[in-house]
Amino acid sequence: MKNKGRPAAGAVTSSLIRRPIQRYFAVFLLPTFLCFCVGFLWPFIQGIYLSLHKFNTVSNTAYVGFDNYAKAFRDSGFMHAFGFTALVAAVSLVLINVLAFSVAYALTRGIRGSNLYRGVFFVPNLIGGIVLGYIWKTIINSVLPVSMSIQPEYGFWGLIVVLCWQQVGYMMIIYIAGLQAVPEDMLEAARIDGANGWKTLWHITLPNVMPSITICTFLSLTNGFKLYDQNLVLTNGAPVRRGIGQTEMLALNIANNFTTANQRGVAQAKAVLFFILVTAIALIQLTATRSREVQQ
Amino acid sequence: MEKTAVLRRHLSGEDTQTVGKWILTIVFGLISLVWMMPIVIVLYNSFKNNGAVNSELFALPDAGSYVGFDNYINGMTFGNYPFYLSVGYSVFITVVSTFLILLCTSMAAWYISRVDDLFSKVVYYLCVFSMVVPFQMVMFTLANTARDLHLDTPWTIPVVYLGFGAGLAVFMFVGFVKSIPIDIEEAAAIDGCGPLRTFFSVVLPMMKPTLISVGVLEIMWVWNDYLLPYLVLDVTKYKTIPIHIQYLQGSYGRVDLGATMALIILSLLPILIFYLTCQKHIIKGVAAGAVKG
Repeated sequence: MKNKGRPAAGAVTSSLIRRPIQRYFAVFLLPTFLCFCVGFLWPFIQGIYLSLHKFNTVSNTAYVGFDNYAKAFRDSGFMHAFGFTALVAAVSLVLINVLAFSVAYALTRGIRGSNLYRGVFFVPNLIGGIVLGYIWKTIINSVLPVSMSIQPEYGFWGLIVVLCWQQVGYMMIIYIAGLQAVPEDMLEAARIDGANGWKTLWHITLPNVMPSITICTFLSLTNGFKLYDQNLVLTNGAPVRRGIGQTEMLALNIANNFTTANQRGVAQAKAVLFFILVTAIALIQLTATRSREVQQ
Repeated sequence: MEKTAVLRRHLSGEDTQTVGKWILTIVFGLISLVWMMPIVIVLYNSFKNNGAVNSELFALPDAGSYVGFDNYINGMTFGNYPFYLSVGYSVFITVVSTFLILLCTSMAAWYISRVDDLFSKVVYYLCVFSMVVPFQMVMFTLANTARDLHLDTPWTIPVVYLGFGAGLAVFMFVGFVKSIPIDIEEAAAIDGCGPLRTFFSVVLPMMKPTLISVGVLEIMWVWNDYLLPYLVLDVTKYKTIPIHIQYLQGSYGRVDLGATMALIILSLLPILIFYLTCQKHIIKGVAAGAVKG
């Protein structure tokens, strides 16, 4: 993590290695680069270009400037999706991290079977969003008096339950790694000084696992904002009231918009805004992690 | 001797700690059971008939509702698309994409870190940048591009996966190559190895831990991915498991819920077996991927 984005100090000068590899450019770098252009670079550039155009197919476009962006901001469905997504992301962030930290803390107390329990908590993370959503949809809808796609509150809490079940085990793994790195002598010193469990947790353990907390906070935040599969399966945005999908999140709103005739330009503009939002979150995270590294 | 030991344990509070630990063990045993309930419920429902799944989801199978492995047999072929085909496509796409990503990006990462010219740097930073871009940003244009280049079949979609998934893989491999001393590669070069031989018999074996980590991440991503194959593939002809499951619930009423439960179990089985056989690597790989930022 420390070397992220920075080439190592003693970057390669060895001509013995460098020159011969350079002659093999077509074998080593070219295949990946070409696929990267096809699978990411070109679609990305074209996406920005198209967000400034009105289009139905890529070959038939008309320049409209920032009109699509203006329309996106005026779209009440999009704005509602933004609010709903932020709410889901915030609530799931708090719940996931509190639960994951508690579990990680308890499982590093040296209790019997903690390895088995770790394994169990991690399992839901292996299941993809679609299958996971389907399992929970079946269960939740048979417990509730009405289906999640009729009552938006149920849809909201359904999403939260699914997100927690999926991610608690994952964040737990990161927290366990952080907790195991807390220096033993500091804990020992606190014990000798007569600090009780809570005091040790608050003054010694928590400050030492701050890096893990930062990572997990941002991971759950971005996961919440980018959520698509589970949203699609659980409610698909339903119920619709006054033309607005009450449980529709940003990613789903954008994807649905692409399938609406004459709305593709707006959908692409929304996608660019979505990209800026997610990137902003990632940049804040980067600065947060960096500044903490300096402190240490 | 023994008495002092007991006394010391008592004074230091170890006794109450042991009791506390046992309580925690039991509590976590119960929580773990609850945690697994959703999968357990689906599992026993996969042995019940359609009506019983519909009316009483939480009831265990009884003489009236138990149907043995019928759901599994019917599930394989029910609907207008056979499930075994979806499994085949999912396995093929996951295996080939993962293999292609591991091979191509590890080679690219070695080139990037050892050549380190302007072009390599640009490619590297573009890869890092691509990691934060959400799929919705490129979903429409990527599907179009893939269709134009005839990459819309299971046999060619691994190229799309390599392209869109290159970022994280290149980032992780470059991080690793920068940590290994160049002397070994120089020694190989002096002994007369060309770049290809140096890479495949010296560098690649050293990369094993990162190969496993990246492999785990890619397998889990491709296997569970829904939107990319849904947009890129011609879904009337080719369905992967997630697409298949999503189509099942779109067709209300006609769905045999018992068979659906069996299909969910079948789609969980490969990934659970994979997890049980290499749990350690999976947890390590996933944790390594988390730190990507």
